[in-house]
Amino acid sequence: MTSTLSSAINRKQRPSAGKVVVGIILIGYATISLTPLLIMFLNSFRKTSDLLKNPLGMEWPISFDAYAVAWNSANFSSYFMNSIVVTVGSVLLSTAVAVPAAYAISRVRTKAMSVTEVVFLSGLMLPVHLAVLPTFYLLDSMGLVDTLLGLIFVYAASSIPFSIFVLTAFFRQLPEELEEAAQLDGAGPFQRFFLVMMPLVKPAIATVIVFRFVPVWNDFLYPLVLLRSSDNFTLPVGLSMFFGEYSTNWSALFAGLVIATVPLIILFLVATKQIIAGLTAGMSK
Amino acid sequence: MVHANQVTSTPARRSSTSNRSRKTGRAMSRTAALTFVLPAAVLFGVFTLYPMLAAFGYSFFSWNGTARGDFALLSNYVDLFTKAPYIEQLPRAFGHNILLFVGAIVGQNTIGLGLAYLLHRLKTGRQLFQTLYTMPYLVSAVVVGYLWTLLLSPTFGPLNSFFAAIGLEDLSRPWLGDPSTALWVVILVAGWQWVGFPILLYGAALGGIPAELDEAASIDGATARQSFFAITLPLLVPAITTVSVLAFIYSMEAFALPYSFGGSTGSPAGSTDVLSLMFYRVAFDSGSSNGIGMSSAIATLMFIFIFGIAMLATVVMRRRENRIK
Repeated sequence: MTSTLSSAINRKQRPSAGKVVVGIILIGYATISLTPLLIMFLNSFRKTSDLLKNPLGMEWPISFDAYAVAWNSANFSSYFMNSIVVTVGSVLLSTAVAVPAAYAISRVRTKAMSVTEVVFLSGLMLPVHLAVLPTFYLLDSMGLVDTLLGLIFVYAASSIPFSIFVLTAFFRQLPEELEEAAQLDGAGPFQRFFLVMMPLVKPAIATVIVFRFVPVWNDFLYPLVLLRSSDNFTLPVGLSMFFGEYSTNWSALFAGLVIATVPLIILFLVATKQIIAGLTAGMSK
Repeated sequence: MVHANQVTSTPARRSSTSNRSRKTGRAMSRTAALTFVLPAAVLFGVFTLYPMLAAFGYSFFSWNGTARGDFALLSNYVDLFTKAPYIEQLPRAFGHNILLFVGAIVGQNTIGLGLAYLLHRLKTGRQLFQTLYTMPYLVSAVVVGYLWTLLLSPTFGPLNSFFAAIGLEDLSRPWLGDPSTALWVVILVAGWQWVGFPILLYGAALGGIPAELDEAASIDGATARQSFFAITLPLLVPAITTVSVLAFIYSMEAFALPYSFGGSTGSPAGSTDVLSLMFYRVAFDSGSSNGIGMSSAIATLMFIFIFGIAMLATVVMRRRENRIK
């Protein structure tokens, strides 16, 4: 206890000393957090021979050879487009179906509806991707194996639990009087939904769209199993093939990693608010 | 500070307690409700629920390639715990998942909680640091795995050169080539990647604690340390549970990160093997004719274990919270 006391006194006498220590810790951890990513960026602009000669160096002028190799020779242009199509398609599809479902769940208080909600939300805790084998046979029976559309359906379905979780909580905060007033004015259920409620839940919709982008963009197991031809690969699977084929062209490997990462970094910087809201959505319950 | 509580704080007012029947929300007819729920229910039912139930069903049959054979009740499960190679691989992989979980939970509740606490008391720059700390969490596990493989490379890896540059050559080693260090690399890298999440979540939880509590305590003469342990920490227990449950789920189903370090076999020498990799091998790489039956048995056990523990922890937590209220 005496040590606590003396440190408290110390802190009072020299408030700046404590702040300096806190600053060193915070900046120190930021360094640990970012240095690997920074090295990834820097090394992607170097040549493999330079990486070998001087692992910690940086040459001038910077070289774009690595990107030319990854983007053109190694098919990253098509991986990139496939990732965009799959991610955007599935996030839009899951949001389109989750918004009305969350609205109904928040407004109808029957036993059947609570069961529906529980079933949807159970998806938050289930390792759904372990059902990848039956998923494969399901898509096979629909002729959707090795198609981007099949992957879009699978991701859209797996995004539903989180989207419904966030959107239901949001709808529940909106007063029902709004809809009742619209109803008195003669608006039907669909008009009330599209004209009255949709504009009010825009922030929650933004959170859901932006936040689901991240896990879908990054996912690896589904495309690894459900896609066959390299023309259809998304970035994570494309990367794993690339690392096998180009294992000695190190700078190209770094460039490949950067290509797979940059869209997320940009998304995070322009939509920090939505990403953080999505990450901490569990706290609203 | 922006966090999930914006969900609870932005919309103007809660619906006032009205005298209408609370049961059937008058605003919506049954047909309308069904129309609203149906598309999501169909999509979720077909592409998520059905495959999970099917995996469960697959596990009770013996399979011959892709042809379903006889109903086998629990024989796949029995084989999992009695026959080679499952009997050697299953406990080893499970042990690695547990180590991954222990590493995650220790890191998140010391470094993660500590940083969140320091950031919470910071007046300016909080969001900047949060953004920087969260960056690795958003990067694909595949990218993280391959990136660290390159960073730790024995031939040109910057880490070994860094050790050499500061005169610590003795620390240089083929980190991922040595079975005694490879798993620790996976655990540390997972910790490095995941720590951003608890920092944000604890930040949100700390923001929800009324400042008056701390002020009252300090007027009563409590030191910062005393009020942290007596006030802040108990109020953080729900957040700590959330973080721990999610760390549990993440650690138990980890696939992309170990795969990108050691491939589907968990090299070197199975030292980075985990349950999901074992599942993947048995399903797609094993050459066993009953691969579907055996891998579905592994998947079913993982479903039950992960969902069971996660639910149990959540329910116990809720009860405690309610008792306090």
